[in-house]
Amino acid sequence: MRRDIFQGIADPVRREIILMIANKNSLNVNSVAERFDISRPAVSKHLKILGECGLIKFTQSGRERFCELELVKMKEVSDWIDPFMILLNERFNNLDNVLSDLNKKSKNINSKTKK
Amino acid sequence: MEKTIYTKDIPNKKIFVKREFNSSPEIVWKAWTESELLDKWWAPKPWTAKTKSMDFTEGGTWMYCMCGPDDEKVWCKVVYKKIDEIKSFEGTDAFCDENGIESTEMPGMYWIVSFKPSENGTTVDVEITFDSEEDLKKIVEMGFQDGFASGHYNLDELLRDLTDIKN
Repeated sequence: MRRDIFQGIADPVRREIILMIANKNSLNVNSVAERFDISRPAVSKHLKILGECGLIKFTQSGRERFCELELVKMKEVSDWIDPFMILLNERFNNLDNVLSDLNKKSKNINSKTKK
Repeated sequence: MEKTIYTKDIPNKKIFVKREFNSSPEIVWKAWTESELLDKWWAPKPWTAKTKSMDFTEGGTWMYCMCGPDDEKVWCKVVYKKIDEIKSFEGTDAFCDENGIESTEMPGMYWIVSFKPSENGTTVDVEITFDSEEDLKKIVEMGFQDGFASGHYNLDELLRDLTDIKN
């Protein structure tokens, strides 16, 4: 199963969890679960995914489990959510379309010349 | 969708972008250097690029307008400094007014675009250098012009696209 930072932030609940932890630096796992309407196991599953994506890490303190953001990974996210990057990427996706038209045309010309 | 590799080197005022395209270097080169083709892809949707003049020679310029959906117009000018056919070209990219007078408020950029044959077509390497760290930050924050890219996106769409890039 794919586990990377984008998988991590692809879900709205997980984004909310990230923001919640970011506000507190470190948050008790139980208190994360309490703030959502969804079931505790569902929250745990999201936390587990965030952990697997490397976006948060867990620490045990006595009987409590805390989660913290992995700041290096979060920086990777913020590097990607960069308007300039988005602009370039949009351009490149447009360019893919232009190129596929050009490729078709050049194939047509080739096949015509062969005939 | 192809993966775009994007790196910022803020102390050296540079941005590096690498992207592979599924076409031969000859075709990719055409798309980057002929204005009728550039007009088709240079602007992010729903904006469109319209060329006013194009002279793809060393010392020549490409002047174009980025036209927005509400009739916004942003004029830009590329001055080509060095051209090595089908291999690379470099030049400045700046905002200007409709007469081609370059803006002093908006950051200018120096682009080096290189084309290399690769397994599936062509790898394009773009190196963008800014005059100052300040300029780089300005561009990164604004995405060229307020609302250009960021305004047309909601987060979900954005994240979906970003996820696609990574795939």
